[in-house]
Amino acid sequence: MSLLRRLAGKRRGIDDLIFDSVNILLMLILVVVMLYPMLNTLAISLNDATDTVRGGLHILPRSFTTHNYTHVFNEAQVIRAGITSVLRTVVGTGLGVFASAMVAYTISRPHFILKRFTTLAFVLTMYMNAGLIPTYLLNRELGLIGSFWVYILPTLIGVFNLIVIRSFIEGLPETIFESARMDGAGEFVQFFKIALPLAVPVIATVSLFVAVGQWNQWFDVFIYNSSIPELSTLQYELMKVLQSTNTSGGGAADSFADSLGGQVEMVTPQSVRAAMTVVVSVPIIMVYPFLQKYFVKGLTLGGVKG
Amino acid sequence: MAQPVNPIQVKERLKYKDKQKVNLQRPKKGPKYFFRKCKEQKELLWMSVPFLIWLFIFKYLPLGGWVMAFQNFRPARGFLDQEWAGFDNFRFLFGSERFLEIMRNTLAMSIINLVLGFVTAVTLAVLLNELRNITFKRIVQTISYMPHFLSWVVVAGLVSTALSMDDGIINTVLLNLGIIDTPVMWLGVGHYFWGIIGASDVWKSVGWNSIIYLAAMTMIDQEQYEAAEIDGASRMQRIWYITLPGIKPVVVILLIMNIGYILESGFEAQYLLMNSMNMDFAENLDIYVLRYGISMANFSLATAAGMFKTIISFIFLFGANKIAEKLGEARLF
Repeated sequence: MSLLRRLAGKRRGIDDLIFDSVNILLMLILVVVMLYPMLNTLAISLNDATDTVRGGLHILPRSFTTHNYTHVFNEAQVIRAGITSVLRTVVGTGLGVFASAMVAYTISRPHFILKRFTTLAFVLTMYMNAGLIPTYLLNRELGLIGSFWVYILPTLIGVFNLIVIRSFIEGLPETIFESARMDGAGEFVQFFKIALPLAVPVIATVSLFVAVGQWNQWFDVFIYNSSIPELSTLQYELMKVLQSTNTSGGGAADSFADSLGGQVEMVTPQSVRAAMTVVVSVPIIMVYPFLQKYFVKGLTLGGVKG
Repeated sequence: MAQPVNPIQVKERLKYKDKQKVNLQRPKKGPKYFFRKCKEQKELLWMSVPFLIWLFIFKYLPLGGWVMAFQNFRPARGFLDQEWAGFDNFRFLFGSERFLEIMRNTLAMSIINLVLGFVTAVTLAVLLNELRNITFKRIVQTISYMPHFLSWVVVAGLVSTALSMDDGIINTVLLNLGIIDTPVMWLGVGHYFWGIIGASDVWKSVGWNSIIYLAAMTMIDQEQYEAAEIDGASRMQRIWYITLPGIKPVVVILLIMNIGYILESGFEAQYLLMNSMNMDFAENLDIYVLRYGISMANFSLATAAGMFKTIISFIFLFGANKIAEKLGEARLF
């Protein structure tokens, strides 16, 4: 097979050469289009604010400074929001994935009496969504508004993740569970000692999805906890900065700049915004290449499964 | 009975009893059987029932809030101690000019995102598949997936920077190419908004969406390509007659499933890029619900709009699933 391909490679005609060149060119354009906005923001964040105003800054900083970052980190609110972001990501992912795996295990057991009922009850919620207002009122009635748990409890189990984990556990050979049962292992033991360790690849994938979702979420902060600074997150802080600069060109980001007063090095809304964007995005961009092999596997597993 | 019960043995015993139906004292179905099973599977129930309660509270209980759509809901009073309005809220909703605009925006953005999303993702997958250098292919893939992990807050910021009047890259490039004479205020003109949302969506998710097609392409029998090559088929012909038909089942199934989400035109991108100048083209159903519900506290009208959306989506999704089933394709769920 590979011999044939190599022969074909040598036989490549002019048409093939044109195709490959055009293809590579298109891919290079794609790479530029994908990377430019990110690198541009990185450059602005590392460039002296007064110099950035002159314009013409592309992917390399002209007048290097870390001042924008020290400014962002000097805001007490940013540190506090960072802590909340990390907390909600860790707690939300831990509890959410654990709960999903546990339910997934029960509905993967062929003999479980509530197998069909549980599966149906969860899957049906993918089609039936009560909508924003009833959900909001429920969370208010439960006293979740103004609490950290509004970030965790309402979205504890994602149905898609549940199905993905279930499919994986169902794919494990039943004989392993059987022999454990012979040795007198109960369901909890089978779950913790067999299902969980064997499901590590799918657990890693789902954890990545949940963690990214938690880290990137801003809407629940906006709806439920916008008046409580202690419960604000990095995404929401960034959102406030962006909204104020987008619409009026003033507001929160300006007050960042104003508060500097007589200092020598200035910051502008634009440079603060860029630095914030980088701070908010770097954690995700950092972990993702390491988990890439997992999520591609996990996604195709969940997506094309019959 | 203090001895630990071995489930396998229990199962075997049951099977044995099932065969001797005449002698079987306990009926197979019915409450007695159910409770006996429950006792046996106590541990599995401990593992799942707490989460079933969670599911009921957080996903099913709010459906009861739909009564608000038939009331003139006042938050100060209880749910049943309200003034009933019949279908007034729906009548007001469907009768209002604004609602027509909202529906137009919702459907337009949804369809643009759907078509653009499909065409670009399939094209990218085909082009990636044709790359001969594996390292180069990996690098392109890794870079193209990256925006998927950025939040919409970040992407909206990048988009508004790129589109900015002074020094935005889009205006700079277009000016240099001579396509425009003066910088365009992209986010200030309502007519551009749908396109901007579509393009942002493609930027964010094209790489990610191509994964599934690439996975489908690895399933295509390589010998087909070799045979075609020997018969003198060009690269374009091979793509057209082998690759595309090869991924057709996946494309069809995803297209059908996505049609089920036709009223989900997205919320975050629109909300974050919306301003007073492009609002007439930016406001979709979700933003309408948010604006009426949370900002103006008109819970009844917002619930009616939300209910309308859920019911239409429910019909579409179920229909889509049924069609997929009929076509004999793998259903998504």
